[in-house]
Amino acid sequence: MSDERPSGFKEVQQGPEASDPEASEASTAVTGVDAEAHPTVDAARTRFGDAILRHEVMAGDEHVIFVGPDRSYEILEWLKEDPDQLYNYLSDVTAVDYGSGRPIQVVYQLYSIPLRHAIRVKAELPLSHLEIDSVVPLWKAADWLEREVYDMFGVTFRNHPDLRRILMPEAYAEGHPLRKDFPLRGRFSRAEQTRRALAQAPEDYYVPEDYGPGREFQKVRWQELGGEPEPVETPESGDPADESEHSTDPHEGA
Amino acid sequence: MSKRTVEYEVSRTPEMGMDFRPAQGPLSPSEMDDPILSTEKMLINVGPQHPATHGVLRLVLELDGETVIRCLPHIGYLHSSFEKLGEYRTWNQVIPLTDRMDYLAPLIYNCAYAMAVEKLMGIEVTERCKVTRVIMMEMDRIFSHLLWLGTWAIDVGAFTPFLYAFQQREKVYELHEAYTGARITTSATRIGGMMSDMPEGWAEGVRQWTNQFPRTLDEIESLLSHNAIHIGRTQGVGAIGPEDAVNCGLSGPNLRASGVPYDLRKDRPYYDYETYEFDVPIGEHGDCYDRYLVRIEEMRQSCRIIHQALDRLPDGPMNVDDPRVILPSKTDLMNDMESMIHHFKLVMEGVQAPPGESHFSIEGSKGELGMYVVSDGGSKPVRWRIRPPSFVNLSVIPRLVEGGLLADVIMVNASLDIVLGEIDR
Repeated sequence: MSDERPSGFKEVQQGPEASDPEASEASTAVTGVDAEAHPTVDAARTRFGDAILRHEVMAGDEHVIFVGPDRSYEILEWLKEDPDQLYNYLSDVTAVDYGSGRPIQVVYQLYSIPLRHAIRVKAELPLSHLEIDSVVPLWKAADWLEREVYDMFGVTFRNHPDLRRILMPEAYAEGHPLRKDFPLRGRFSRAEQTRRALAQAPEDYYVPEDYGPGREFQKVRWQELGGEPEPVETPESGDPADESEHSTDPHEGA
Repeated sequence: MSKRTVEYEVSRTPEMGMDFRPAQGPLSPSEMDDPILSTEKMLINVGPQHPATHGVLRLVLELDGETVIRCLPHIGYLHSSFEKLGEYRTWNQVIPLTDRMDYLAPLIYNCAYAMAVEKLMGIEVTERCKVTRVIMMEMDRIFSHLLWLGTWAIDVGAFTPFLYAFQQREKVYELHEAYTGARITTSATRIGGMMSDMPEGWAEGVRQWTNQFPRTLDEIESLLSHNAIHIGRTQGVGAIGPEDAVNCGLSGPNLRASGVPYDLRKDRPYYDYETYEFDVPIGEHGDCYDRYLVRIEEMRQSCRIIHQALDRLPDGPMNVDDPRVILPSKTDLMNDMESMIHHFKLVMEGVQAPPGESHFSIEGSKGELGMYVVSDGGSKPVRWRIRPPSFVNLSVIPRLVEGGLLADVIMVNASLDIVLGEIDR
């Protein structure tokens, strides 16, 4: 009896699968006709031609345009600056992984507060080359949103001012959690996860030279350190000249 | 709003407000021309466990005297990977995850998720359901703003408003409990309707509450709005201009305090919000005090909406008549083969959403709350993404506090009205 009924736990270990391969193919196809054309889409087609790869209408009234990752910045800049488009509000940046090796889609939700229209822009990135230009120079709102996409999907945003993990810890070595090939409970065993958690020295997070008021935190390679606290005498992990004055022993107060 | 603007101007007179400007902080050593004092910078760590960070938020501040010269926020301490969990659950099973994100306004999140999936499936909910959801969302907007108001007052040094606000919150908790059986984890919506019709007398309870609530709000306002300490702590602190606010992606009361009249209930109306009569309060200075005023006024406007919604609450079914999403009644189930099959399919497989995707944004209590659902035709989402308003609002905090005083960091953080459960998700 118990063999027939799959426990919830078992299902959790299996990972999500595409419910029906045929149906999932359909999700990338046009789900609606261009019944009501979107003025932005027409203008973008006239201006950029083949750079606008596809146009889809989702859920009745949501217009999606697909752009190539190499020209995405140019098109997004035009969408923001052109007086007929004026998409001045970047509502969201996220990504979708459909699994089975299909490309990861980076999704921009744009809205124009003065003109009151919305559009969704998507760029498909092959798994072998997950790189796209950052839009932080256009919208500062993209700063944390792109960091989250980097953290969760491993997409690298070129020219991002501060591309670090944001939700997962800096020392996280298991990969990018929202990818479909990532198991729900993580890549490491429970024992390994516990061992790593216990091996962390919380004091390390409070050494000014290491995590720094500057941007030097990235240089600390926790995996290479094996979770051991770095000796305070050798602050080679990023100490530009302006930080040399922080030479006090961080442990002395503890 | 013109009346409030006048009050605002009056409150700025010198005899009422002590004029603390962040840039003119009196104790910045770099301005004292003392070679020893002026070189020393200090690193201070606020949080992650600190009552004034409103959750497990950690801010690393680099100080020059009392002036903040750099702020580095660290988040993720409460990360629960709700979006990943959602990919392993059927469409209806995701709903309990939504109210655990913003536990200060759970019903808004329940409703937003259900709306996104209904849009994806092309379901139009019944009139009674629409109005009920409007009541619930506006009630929780007040519910969330009240917590903000109480903690804000504590951060500014006043304790009494906290007690007043929580007394009122307790009444909303009771209304939650009367409807859903839970005080915080409401999980009230279902795809295509609500968990049940409202219990007898519930609408009357909401009406009674909204009748007596504005008086408490007046009392709290009389303690704060013209209070010299409150004004001195908040006016001119953490200001951001309209262009910057839009560019940084601020939304909700934080954006409107900067003078941008962007409210999704007016700009992209859903659930017939265009037929309700209410005003969108707008600030003009974009500082902490304006954010306070905007939220206070929003609570009054929400009360107006609830009154109108209660007046028009129609009779009729709560759930849509659609066997794809709603279980058949027990009577049908026992007597009708068709219903039996629908029941079996729904229980065993769950709701099946067609392939496609939908992004639905509503005006949450914290700002623009977007739900983005992607389906491949199965019973589970391929991707469920929340556009978290607090997350984007918090990302501007370095811009707001850098150059200001250390004490103002607490006020700016309180004025943004963040909830870490939703930031970390």
